[in-house]
Amino acid sequence: MEQASKKQGFWKNHWMDVLAILAVIALVILLAVSVYTRFNFAKKWGIFYNYFVTNRGYKDLLTGMKNTALISVLGLLIGIVIGTVIAIIKVIPPYKKVTRYAQKVCNVYVAFFRGTPIVVQLLVGYYILLPLIGLSLPPVTSCMLIFGLNSGAYISEIMRGGINSVDAGQLEAARAVGLSFPVSMLKIVVPQAIKNILPTLGNEFIALIKETAIVGYVGAMDITKAFQDQGSNSYEYMIPYLVMALLYIVIVAVIAGLVKLMERRLAKNERRK
Amino acid sequence: MNAENKTPLIEVKGLVKRFGNLVVLNGIDETIHKGEKVSIIGPSGSGKSTFLRCLNCLEDADGGSIFFGGEDIADRKVDINKHRRHMGMVFQQFNLFHNKTVLENIMLAPVHLRIKDAGGLFASRATKAAIREEAKKEAMQLLRRIGLEDKANAYPSTLSGGQKQRIAIVRALAMNPQVLLFDEPTSALDPEMVGEVLDLIKELADEGMTMVIVTHEMGFAREVSDRILFMDGGVIAESAPPAELFGNPQNPRTKEFLSKVL
Ligand SMILES: Nc1ncnc2c1ncn2[C@@H]1O[C@H](COP(=O)(O)OP(=O)(O)OP(=O)(O)O)[C@@H](O)[C@H]1O
Ligand SMILES: [Mg+2]
Repeated sequence: MEQASKKQGFWKNHWMDVLAILAVIALVILLAVSVYTRFNFAKKWGIFYNYFVTNRGYKDLLTGMKNTALISVLGLLIGIVIGTVIAIIKVIPPYKKVTRYAQKVCNVYVAFFRGTPIVVQLLVGYYILLPLIGLSLPPVTSCMLIFGLNSGAYISEIMRGGINSVDAGQLEAARAVGLSFPVSMLKIVVPQAIKNILPTLGNEFIALIKETAIVGYVGAMDITKAFQDQGSNSYEYMIPYLVMALLYIVIVAVIAGLVKLMERRLAKNERRK
Repeated sequence: MNAENKTPLIEVKGLVKRFGNLVVLNGIDETIHKGEKVSIIGPSGSGKSTFLRCLNCLEDADGGSIFFGGEDIADRKVDINKHRRHMGMVFQQFNLFHNKTVLENIMLAPVHLRIKDAGGLFASRATKAAIREEAKKEAMQLLRRIGLEDKANAYPSTLSGGQKQRIAIVRALAMNPQVLLFDEPTSALDPEMVGEVLDLIKELADEGMTMVIVTHEMGFAREVSDRILFMDGGVIAESAPPAELFGNPQNPRTKEFLSKVL
């Protein structure tokens, strides 16, 4: 009885949504059919398949996926370390001159990385700064480093919010038992801050994955570069680019799902308190 | 408390504290002696908490000095962490570490500081393990003392207020402090839990622990203290043994305050 009325309620509330979804599906099918016939899809698919499977397409893509993962995961980890250090420096009571200088340096750092496009940072970093300081790193390693430095600036702001969300009594209690400021931060405040900002860090990770699509600029093979190469080598762009977009959507959707799951579990933990 | 063999433990001289333009402590002179139990009472906003927090430099003094362990700890150049180990502090809101179990709450500082003394990162693994083992034994002993050994691996969020505060007290004890500072230790508790916390504090007092207690529990202050400080407007307006201060207050402001709260 209740089940039935719930079902009725669903139709009543959502018939417009369902209609809209059906309309979109119909439109997509129509589009697909027209594309298929107009663009000679069968031939394009043949070219794609030929290059991807029998030529080197899939190998490039595997390398590309590995590198996209490496650059975004290591970029995130480096970013968390740098972001935490900057956030801690920024919340030190500014009694000492050293502290105030360090805070100024952090401000400049954050302003620089947030104020310039990441492509510019990548180009300047890879072609100018890294060689200038005598570090000739391979493209992928350079990208990890530069993306880490970049996300460090963003994560420092997230982390500072997380630190501020932790009750001030926690730091006071740690200081009162004789722990130094950095030790108190690292053992008591930052772990609680990280727990508070985990979902935000998940979103930062997703943003990072999407941003890494530009590493082809410095010759690193990633997902985007793999499909670009396939396009220009096989003179057939449509299918590689569509597959590329689809792949990014799937990856982002999976990670967004994981972040949601984590959020829900954290909320459950919170309730148990 | 024997008047002849008083040894000063904390000597406060001309302590001044400002928050912006607000002068919260206006030149406080006070000496806490070894073994003494001192309660601080006074109206809200009179600076009781601020005074207590200045004693272990959770608030930095703007003037005057605080002598403890042979140094003026109000001087910012002094390594305050070294002195804080010898001053336990108990907060109104307990402030147990949320991300640590009960046992970890108690062990954290002893373990960290003893390892640091033993050479920090350079301490051998065996030394570190021995320190941890020792600290764990002591922590469990403290938990047994308050009858909470079965909560050793629980997280603070699962405990009652009274349990939290008693654990906060033994956490402070774990460092073997020379003095315990209490800031309204029972004000955040449900009435039925006040007793268990006050009993523990009384027990420690009877064992000879030096204590400074900010409290609104007048009965408790009278029972446990050797001396009561009445604070008003950022100064200590009156200081006397409980019998005198409650029985025959000298300062009109003390009289007025007591007539309101008793
Ligand atoms: N961090 C701070 N910043 C600004 N003003 C403060 C700060 N801490 C305390 N004050 C002010 O200093 C004065 C004294 O505060 P304090 O907490 O020491 O009073 P108290 O005697 O402990 O009062 P209560 O009995 O309400 O706890 C109050 O006017 C308070 O508003
Ligand atoms: Mg107070």
